[in-house]
Amino acid sequence: MEMTRTIKYEADRVKGFGEEVMSVPGCEKLKDCIQCGTCSGVCPLSIYMDFTPRQVIEMTRFDFKNEVLGSKTIWLCASCYACSVECPQQIGITDIMYELKQRAIKEKVYPRGLPTPVLAQEFTKMVHDYGRVNEILLATKMYMKTNPLAAMGMSTLGLGMIKTGRFSMIQEKIQGRADLARMLETVDEGK
Amino acid sequence: MQSTKENIRIGFYVCHCGHNIAAMVDCADVAKYVKGLPNVVLSRDYKYMCSDPGQELIQKDIREYKLNRVVVASCSPLLHEHTFRSATAAGGLNPYYFHMVNIREHDSWVHTDRGEATVKAKALAHAAIDRVAFHKALETKTVKINPDALVVGGGIAGIHAAMTLANAGKKVYLVEREPSIGGHMAKFDKTFPTLDCAACILTPKMSEVGAHPNITLWSYSEVAQVDGYVGNYKVRVKRKPRYISEERCIGCMDCISACVFKEPKFEDEFNEGLGKRKPVYIPFPQATPQIVVIDPNVCLNFKRTKGPDGTPIVSDRCKKTCVEACGDKNAIDFTQKEEIKEIEVGTIIVATGFKTFDSKRVPAYGYGIYKNVYTALEIERLVNASGPTGGEVILREGKNPDGSPKHPKSIGIIHCVGSRDKKTNVWCSRVCCMYSMKLAHLLKEHTGAEVYNFYIDIRAPGKGYEEFYNKLLDEGVHFIRGRVGEVTDWAMTPEEEGKLVIRVEDTLAGYVRRIPVDMVVLSSGLEPQADAQDVRRLFNMSCGTEGFFLERHPKLAPVNTFTDGIFIAGACQGPRDIPDTVAQAGAAAAEALVLIDKGFVEQEPNTAFILDEECSGCKSCIPLCPYSAILYDETRKKAHINEALCKGCGTCVAACPSGSIVQNLFEDEQIFSEIQGVLAYD
Amino acid sequence: MKYSYYPGCSLKGQGRAYEESLLPVMRHLGIELEELPDWNCCGATAYMAVDEGKACVAASRNLAIAEKAGLQQVLAPCSACYLVLNKTQHLIHDYPQIKSAVDRAMTSVNLKYSTDIPVRHPLDVLISDVGVDAIKQKVTHPLKGLKVAPYYGCQIVRPYATFDDQFNPTSMDRILEALGATMVQFPLKTKCCGGSLTGTLPEAGLRLSYIILKEAIKRGADVIATVCPLCLFNLDSFHGKIAAKWESARIPTVYFTQLMGLAFGMTAKQMGLQRGLVPMKPLASAPACCAARTAAAAT
Repeated sequence: MEMTRTIKYEADRVKGFGEEVMSVPGCEKLKDCIQCGTCSGVCPLSIYMDFTPRQVIEMTRFDFKNEVLGSKTIWLCASCYACSVECPQQIGITDIMYELKQRAIKEKVYPRGLPTPVLAQEFTKMVHDYGRVNEILLATKMYMKTNPLAAMGMSTLGLGMIKTGRFSMIQEKIQGRADLARMLETVDEGK
Repeated sequence: MQSTKENIRIGFYVCHCGHNIAAMVDCADVAKYVKGLPNVVLSRDYKYMCSDPGQELIQKDIREYKLNRVVVASCSPLLHEHTFRSATAAGGLNPYYFHMVNIREHDSWVHTDRGEATVKAKALAHAAIDRVAFHKALETKTVKINPDALVVGGGIAGIHAAMTLANAGKKVYLVEREPSIGGHMAKFDKTFPTLDCAACILTPKMSEVGAHPNITLWSYSEVAQVDGYVGNYKVRVKRKPRYISEERCIGCMDCISACVFKEPKFEDEFNEGLGKRKPVYIPFPQATPQIVVIDPNVCLNFKRTKGPDGTPIVSDRCKKTCVEACGDKNAIDFTQKEEIKEIEVGTIIVATGFKTFDSKRVPAYGYGIYKNVYTALEIERLVNASGPTGGEVILREGKNPDGSPKHPKSIGIIHCVGSRDKKTNVWCSRVCCMYSMKLAHLLKEHTGAEVYNFYIDIRAPGKGYEEFYNKLLDEGVHFIRGRVGEVTDWAMTPEEEGKLVIRVEDTLAGYVRRIPVDMVVLSSGLEPQADAQDVRRLFNMSCGTEGFFLERHPKLAPVNTFTDGIFIAGACQGPRDIPDTVAQAGAAAAEALVLIDKGFVEQEPNTAFILDEECSGCKSCIPLCPYSAILYDETRKKAHINEALCKGCGTCVAACPSGSIVQNLFEDEQIFSEIQGVLAYD
Repeated sequence: MKYSYYPGCSLKGQGRAYEESLLPVMRHLGIELEELPDWNCCGATAYMAVDEGKACVAASRNLAIAEKAGLQQVLAPCSACYLVLNKTQHLIHDYPQIKSAVDRAMTSVNLKYSTDIPVRHPLDVLISDVGVDAIKQKVTHPLKGLKVAPYYGCQIVRPYATFDDQFNPTSMDRILEALGATMVQFPLKTKCCGGSLTGTLPEAGLRLSYIILKEAIKRGADVIATVCPLCLFNLDSFHGKIAAKWESARIPTVYFTQLMGLAFGMTAKQMGLQRGLVPMKPLASAPACCAARTAAAAT
């Protein structure tokens, strides 16, 4: 039987990670968490999470960066904001989840095989290049990159979309594509 | 600018207050700076100026250095002005030659930059040095204390305070808004952690109050106006009409059974709406006074519409079977009107209590949506032997297959409803953990149900409280650490069908759980009474940000207010349980007794006076005085201030067009020199 | 009343029935909508997960265009668009670092973001500006007997409750009741439909859709009314998978604007009802032609 060490030593912490997250707009109140578990109690997706939202908050506060950024929890967040609204300490938990997602993508440490981060990145690419998103093309791209077999399973849905006239393979583009791309690039320049 | 008549010799002391000041202000540097200011003979810094050696230092220096002014830069004058004035007097100087600078609350505690805080301390010290030169010798005056007292609120706090004063031989007026005294405690079944029957320990005290020769009990009454000052308050009390003569009613309740409404039909406030009462009723069997009340909103003998002044109009539509039943006692009087009583008292104890948080404000917990969600106060009545069900715990919704009432087999008690939540009330309501456990015990005892407590933290810090928690654990009551996310009625699994489902993270196990129960109890928190702000204004008190009445000092004057002679007791000052409330009520009574038995108080000589030769007799000050202390001398065509009535508010001083009113301790040259002093530092 | 109409990508794509019903209904109520010129995608939830600064910049371009065009209010029917545009304004307002990033981006293309143009949802405009009474007056074919589960989803009341209660919103209930429909008691009003997780992590995402569908049926609803193109997609598109995984929970889901159009006497076809995968049963009160068409769409 393989044994995993679960005790945490100070060396397991990535010191400063919690402070960094707490300095991001919308994430400041993380330090006020009283670990009551309301966020998990209202989270509709908590049933599939490897850590509950409350645990993610505590792990972030204590710098367990690798564990947090590698967790499935942050990718299960559907941004329904129930936790943020119900939190008795008014912590912007949804915004914290966004911040953790951004860091996981930046450092490419999200769990392998998880389509959500792939979708997010394809989405932003589409916005950057064309200014608008075609949901059908976007879904196709995501499936091709993560699980082409699953795409086959979606064929019934595709047929349904065609039948109801909601299927379109044409990528809409805005006229101000160059402007939008320029604007987005200023963000990287400002960093 | 400076007075040349006398040779000013100032002694200056800056206090470290341990680290309180010294950590943020360089005290030695402040002392060094002040040493160089005009008229300063000596300047010292010292660890604790309020200590005996600190006070002796002042006395010794006055004698040795022939000081005639003293300035101490330390904490708030609220705390130690009296201490240092006394030290100054003990050194042989008039105490009003002393002046105090607050460099703790106004400086070290509120700043984070030591350099700048030190600069501020110097500027404030400079202002005081310039000001104190213009101080004059003043005499304190004394006022007599009326020995009668007023207690406002007839809950356990008011009852205990009134009894304490009355037993000490003082005459007490006890004013209660509801038809009976008893307050929230009268609704409780048992008390934690001893599980004494609440009625058994409270009702004897209630009857004692009702029968005490020194207590005038005015129930169904409210304080309408308070004038005057410590020792001499004039209070107007509004006595609401109960349409029953208190003198003639003997509490036989024949009228209630005779009422044309055969069955009780109207929501019973005392039973939290779980029971019904008639238009003529007595709130509960042990009500004190034992006098019935008629509710004009539902009594047939009143019109549904009210008169232009808001008073109910008699319709005379009813057969008045109640009057018939009352017979010769002739106690029912439909023409009774609101009455105003005027009393004079020396001291007032405000014990107006709390209200419970409205659980509807947390819609996620389903109160008002799902019938089997209850408030804790409703459960108090439901488990109570004299409650609407005789102590049988019956669900509001759902029947057994045979049509009999259903008892809960599983119960979830949700702690911290409305409390510890920035969206509602941020404070911990202090009593809910314990009363939740008490109800858990009682519900388990009455129903044998599985009982779950959902808590954030268990707060059981009183005597015997942790032991009570242990007892509950032994009894098999479940405790799940997690603030409930939601109470809902949609089922995911067969065992959830027809139940209320509590969704919560069991934070200790790390699982999100769905727990189906038959009954949900919401442990609603405590908050200030809805009209706390009005009451605050009435008695000239302060409130904290959360709306509870503010004590004069959180540690050292917990039952005093900022108005002399007015004290607070019980949950109007903040959430507290019965033992703490009773202790506080006793303390408030003792504080009142101090004044009463001393017989007089010394008052600040900060009164205003008129420079006779400059007064033009314009009378503009007279209507402005809130204490009616200014009279007009017709013969001399001058205004005159009655020093005994003047409270030193300064309104007339600011309003006088000819500048002919002066206030002791706030004379123009004192204030101007203080301003110049504070601006002199650069 | 004139509003700048920000359709967002969905209303031009799989959610086009929302636009097809919204535009005639608003016109019928005297509300003029002018499509925002050359608008771009709001960024939805995905962009915030990749780069918050860029997400704000992309969204704020739309607001700057509206400002430049001199438009007073923006109407955003898609919940994600509505939330993202509002959230962007909040972030710009509250955080100087976001404001300066947005300003920098604006300067690079000669745009300007200077005022917070109100971004509003059609429900808000209908309930606050038009009013239930005005809607009632336009009803020619009351939806008598139609039992509706009013489903609001997450993002129009969370996190910013601007025009309705956060926990128990009622604006759509009131509008649909004005049309003559009956609401079923529906505690899942603001529960999440699964969002984009129905595609990425169907195990988790579809479960949420399933719960909503199942409860709507259990509570006796004939139809679920929604205000969001993604909610409708999730509730309408996965019945086969849901039946395979849990149980069949087939119930039609429609845009609330489609129901409004029907009550105003517009046809099912005009309202794009044929675009639903689970067809709605024809209404007894519908005009003959309309009933026939709805039936046709159902086959």
